[in-house]
Amino acid sequence: MSGEIVIEAKGLTKKYGAATAVDHISFSVGRGEIFGLLGPNGAGKTTTILMMLGLTDISEGEIRVLGFDPAREPLSVKRRVGYLPDAVGFYDQLTAADNLRYTARLIGFKKAEREEKIAAGLNRVGLSEFADKRVSTFSRGMRQRLGLAEILMKGAQIAILDEPTSGLDPHATSELLAIIRAFKAEGVSVLLSSHLLERVQSVCDRVALFSGGRIALMGSVAELGREVLGGGFVVDIEADGAGLAERLALIPGVSGVERTGISKLRLHADRDVRPEAAVEVVGSQGRLRYLGVQEPSLDAIYNRYFETRPNEELTMKDGARDAA
Amino acid sequence: MRREGSAFQGVGVVVLKELSDHLTSVRMRVLEWLVVLVALAALYGAIQQIKDTTAEDPFLFLRLFTTSREPLPSFVSFISFLVPLMAIGLGFDAVNGEYNRRTMSRILAQPIYRDALLFGKFLAGLATLAVSLITLWLLVMGLGLLLIGVPPGAEEIGRCILFLIVTVIYAGVWLAVALLFSIVFRSAATAALVTLGIWLVITFIWPVLAGAVAQMIVPIDPRYAALGLQTPGTAEAEHILARLSPSTLFAETVVAILDPTTRSLGPIYLSQMQGAVLGAPLPIGESILIAWPQTVGMIASAIVLFVIGYVIFQRQEVRA
Repeated sequence: MSGEIVIEAKGLTKKYGAATAVDHISFSVGRGEIFGLLGPNGAGKTTTILMMLGLTDISEGEIRVLGFDPAREPLSVKRRVGYLPDAVGFYDQLTAADNLRYTARLIGFKKAEREEKIAAGLNRVGLSEFADKRVSTFSRGMRQRLGLAEILMKGAQIAILDEPTSGLDPHATSELLAIIRAFKAEGVSVLLSSHLLERVQSVCDRVALFSGGRIALMGSVAELGREVLGGGFVVDIEADGAGLAERLALIPGVSGVERTGISKLRLHADRDVRPEAAVEVVGSQGRLRYLGVQEPSLDAIYNRYFETRPNEELTMKDGARDAA
Repeated sequence: MRREGSAFQGVGVVVLKELSDHLTSVRMRVLEWLVVLVALAALYGAIQQIKDTTAEDPFLFLRLFTTSREPLPSFVSFISFLVPLMAIGLGFDAVNGEYNRRTMSRILAQPIYRDALLFGKFLAGLATLAVSLITLWLLVMGLGLLLIGVPPGAEEIGRCILFLIVTVIYAGVWLAVALLFSIVFRSAATAALVTLGIWLVITFIWPVLAGAVAQMIVPIDPRYAALGLQTPGTAEAEHILARLSPSTLFAETVVAILDPTTRSLGPIYLSQMQGAVLGAPLPIGESILIAWPQTVGMIASAIVLFVIGYVIFQRQEVRA
């Protein structure tokens, strides 16, 4: 994480009666960082976001957004933070520009700057030509982009996006992710929640994996990969060469060689062995067609983590029984 | 600790937006036509009746509102059940509509409080109702002038204006009811049905029920019954119960304002009538005094209903 902290949560808790939706979570987001709140539906992501905006009461703990307490100074927070809710809605009978005009008036922009900001926002998300079309004709992807245009128009320092990619086709998703990356380039911090791990993996600097109202894991994807999947690297090679598999197995650090197809090999190693592997292929007069290291995937991390977790809980219960 | 800023920040913006929504909506147009047509029918009946019967009446113009000709009810009775319909029509999806369109959390993420949204919606609804009622009122006044041909006096104009104000207040009560149920129920259809059901019960069933309940609270005294008189206690209880309904309050207020000879809205003893010149009109100030408690009652019930809705709305979860 770099520099200034814009969001800081300490022991944040939300209880609905006896049920605990968010259970003592702590995290912080730096300026210009893209932070992912990931986890299955009902894990407490949206509740956390609503607490950040002062839209729901905080049961315990505290949170500071740009130094403001959302429970006490919600207007200061909401003036500086843009929010794109899950499955965002607009007034269908109004045009895209009119929808933004209403928001701009609510924010309190002067008439002169309003039109300029709206046009700029729509332009950035590629909706300029649809400015005077009614929102009822918009696709889901266009609505999401209009939501982002609203955040851009607002000039927000933090963009909070709840499930921005859900229900979008791959093309719309990649457009959306490109806009999100552009936020980062401008120094806007982005906090995005999603249950689709692989889609957001590519944009997030750091992620927090939610489970049952708690943050199970937090860090960059690479860090989490090392932590959960072990330090292993997986290198894929496509090359021919006599006795290549045997030669590759002799590289220091390689723990196993697997044949995955015709002249396709997979190396398991404790470090990145790509340079050595290339040397071996060339040394054996082989022809190298592909050489790549697998990035740890969030899906794999998530699944591996929750495969092992039930056992942990079991031991914890045993411990508790012993203590009693 | 106080929260920062004003609860009214953004009210004006919300009012303007809601107002333009209302005035351009198809729903509003349908309601307007309904009211205009029904009112014209009532007016026509009234004018026929006035032409037939009235030779000399100092308050001829006010008769326009209160006279009926079978089978049509008078303009005032039409208004008293159409205004609630209009108010319910405008308010039943005010808040739950925002949830259903999924715009609620996006709007509340802007730097305004929920208060502003609710105030704005209520004020815009009331302004819309006021605009249509004023239009209707002008229409009736104009037609009355043309068809009767007798210009109204200053006091008649004053009473007509008071009638308009009271009608707007009455509309406010029903708008508050509709708004309350649009907060309580997430489904607009449920909210509309429940509000209409309550309107039916309060307007048509409660007046009948009030008499029955009053007799249970204060049984009829056979001595009064033998003389063919109402038992004073029972009559009083019945009045109190009936006045729980805003329709009763409105009807009583209108009677006091539009009929200058009205001296009391409740049961009175003969002894209280001593020295009164029956049938003599009261000055406008006295009529206002008679209608005052009912008017305040309507304003108060609108405020109470709005506050209940406000409290529920403040505690409501934003997520759909």
